[in-house]
Amino acid sequence: MSDAAAIEVRGLKVHFANRSGAGAVRAVDGIDLTVARGAFHGIVGESGCGKTTLARTIVGLQKESEGTVLIGGRNRAEWLKSDRKSFSREVQFVFQDPLGSMSRRQSVYQTLEEPLQIHRFGSSVERRRRIAELLDLVALPETVLDRLPRSLSGGQRQRVSIARALALKPSILVCDEPLSALDVSIRAQIVNLFTSLQKQLGLTIVIVAHDLAIVREVCSDVTVMYLGRISEAGVTRPLFREPAHPYSQALLSAVPSPDPRIEAGRRRIILAGDPPSPSAPPPGCRFNTRCPVAIDVCRVEEPMLRSVPHGGVAACHLADSGRRPVI
Amino acid sequence: MSDAQPIYSIEDLVIDLYATTVSVRAVDGVSFNVRPGETVAVVGESGSGKTVMTLGPLGLLPEGVTVDMKGSARADGSELLSIGSRQLSDLRGRYFGVIFQDPMSALNPMLKIGPQLARQARRFAGLSHEAARKEAVSLLARSGIPDPEDRYNRYPHEMSGGMLQRAMIALALAARPRVLIADEPTTALDATVQAQILELIRQIQREDGIAVVLITHDIGVVASVADRVIVLYAGQVAEEGTAMDVLTRPVHPYTRGLLASVPDFRADERAATREIPGLPPNQIRLEPGCRFAERCELVEAGCRQHRPPLQTISASTSPHRVACPVVLKREGIAVHV
Repeated sequence: MSDAAAIEVRGLKVHFANRSGAGAVRAVDGIDLTVARGAFHGIVGESGCGKTTLARTIVGLQKESEGTVLIGGRNRAEWLKSDRKSFSREVQFVFQDPLGSMSRRQSVYQTLEEPLQIHRFGSSVERRRRIAELLDLVALPETVLDRLPRSLSGGQRQRVSIARALALKPSILVCDEPLSALDVSIRAQIVNLFTSLQKQLGLTIVIVAHDLAIVREVCSDVTVMYLGRISEAGVTRPLFREPAHPYSQALLSAVPSPDPRIEAGRRRIILAGDPPSPSAPPPGCRFNTRCPVAIDVCRVEEPMLRSVPHGGVAACHLADSGRRPVI
Repeated sequence: MSDAQPIYSIEDLVIDLYATTVSVRAVDGVSFNVRPGETVAVVGESGSGKTVMTLGPLGLLPEGVTVDMKGSARADGSELLSIGSRQLSDLRGRYFGVIFQDPMSALNPMLKIGPQLARQARRFAGLSHEAARKEAVSLLARSGIPDPEDRYNRYPHEMSGGMLQRAMIALALAARPRVLIADEPTTALDATVQAQILELIRQIQREDGIAVVLITHDIGVVASVADRVIVLYAGQVAEEGTAMDVLTRPVHPYTRGLLASVPDFRADERAATREIPGLPPNQIRLEPGCRFAERCELVEAGCRQHRPPLQTISASTSPHRVACPVVLKREGIAVHV
C-alpha cells in the first residue's frame, strides 16, 4: 500500500429503510474518519449510535447509502467488486459472537484452514505449519485443533476467531465488540492479546467497544459517536482527561471506578432521559434533548466538528479551540 | 445498619442442579446475612453460582432444571427451603422485590404497565382499587419515568430499555418489600442509562431503607453502591467483607487477580492490566481442595487436599473473611478466632 491512511471514511451515510415506509433508520448519518496506519482506534457510543454499522460498512459487510470508504487510499467498493480476495487478504473482521461466526460442525483445524485453502496458501504441509504459527500467536495449545467451537470456552473461541482473521496476514483488523461476551478475567487476557498482536505484527486495529476503561487502556485514538454522527474524536488520553463535548463528559462520568474511595466522593453527571430514536433525530444538535448546557442555537443548527483544547475535534456550539463547556 | 438483626440469612447453603445426564454443584456451602438498609454485592464470574445462590431459595430458577437444596435460608420467620410453594410465592411478593437483567422477564407483555403495578400493590400492600392506581402512578414517577400518567396506559413494547428497567424497579417496589434482589440490573444497559439506574437504586435505599442484594460481575458497580461484598468462586465464598476492605485491601489470590484484571478508569497511572491464567473449574467433577488451586500462583500441595476454611482477619460487625490459609501465613496476617 502507499502512504495513504489505513482507513479513510468520507461523508458516509448508511440508512435502513423502515418496513412501514416511514422514516428510515439513519444508523450512520454523515461521518468522516481517518485511521492512521498502525493506530489502535476505538469507536465508542451507546446502543443505536451506529458504531457497529460504521465498522461493518468499513469492511464492506454493509453497503453504504452515500459516501466512500478508502482502504490504503483505494476505493473499497470498487476493490471489492474487482478483486474480493485481495481485499480480504488486507482487511479482516472479528465478530462479537465467535460462536455465531464459526461453523458449528468444523473443527478448529478446519476453521483455520478454510481461509488458507480459499486463498490457495501453499501445500497442506505449509498450511499445517501456518496453523501452528497462528495458534502460537493467539496462545492456544495444539490440543484444541480437533475440537468443535461448542466445546471451547468463550475466551478460547474468541482466540480462534482472531487466529482465523490473522490467517492471511492482513494489515487491518476491524473488531465489533470482541470483548463484550467475555468474563472479566478472560477479557483481560484478550485485551492483552490484542495489544501484543498489534505490536508484534504492526497491525492497524479498529475496535468497537463499550467498555471505556479498556478503550483508555489500549486505544491510541478514539471516536465518540452519538445518533449516527461523530460527537468527538481525538487522541485517547487527552480526550478522556478533558472531554470537550457535553455528551462525552456524561459518558465518561458514567464509568464507575473499581475503587470505593474514588466512588465515594465523586461527582456524577446523570443525564435525563434516553437517546432519541435514530429514525427521528432531533433538529439542531443531536444531543440537545439531553444536554444540560444547551442554548437556543443548539436546537436549530447542527454543530460541525471543530478543534478543541485537547487537540482533537468536537461537534458542539459551545466548544472551540480556546474553551470547552463544563457540565 | 451494623448490629441490627439480619432480615435475610442464608446458612450453609448447598445447591445441586440436575440436568438429564449430569449434576452440577452450583453452590457449595455458602452462608451470608443481609441486614436492614445495607447493600450486599455478590460478585463472581459466569458459573460462580451467584445467581443460583440468590434466586434458588426464592424458587426463581428456570423451569426444567431439577434443584436440590440443602442448608437454610430464613426470612420473616420462615424457612424458605421447607415452606410450601404458595407461602413462598406470598413471601416473594411481599418481602422480596426482584429485578432482573431483562425487564421483560418480569413484565407481562400483554398487559399495560400501570395495571401490572396496581395489581401488585393491591395484592401485597392491601390497597384499594383507587389507592393502588395512585400508588402505581407515584411509583412510576419515583422511578424516574417522565409523564407517569401517560405511561400508566402504555404496553411494555412501547417503552425503551431504560424505561422498562425503571418500570420493573417500580414493579418490584409496589409491594413495599424489605429486601430488593437485583440480578445484574444494569448489565444490558448503556453507560449513561446504567448511571441513572444506579442512582435510582441508591435513592430508593436512602429513602426506604430497604436492603439490596446486588448480583453483579461489574466491580465498578460494586464500588459505587455496595456496603458489603461477597466474592464467589465456583460456588464457594473466596472472600467477604466491607466494600472498602475487599476492594482496596483484597487478600484472596482470586480477588486480587480479579481486581487486577479490571482497569481503573479513574486512576491517574496506567497500571498494566493483569490477567488470571486458565479457566474456572468444571463443576461437574470437582476436586476436594481449593477450587482456585488450578489457577493460583501461591498454590501448595495442601491446597488440593482440603477445602480452605473461611477465616476472619478483621473482626468488626462486618468482618473481613478470607478462604486462603496460604496467603494469610505467607503475609503474616493474624486470624481472629
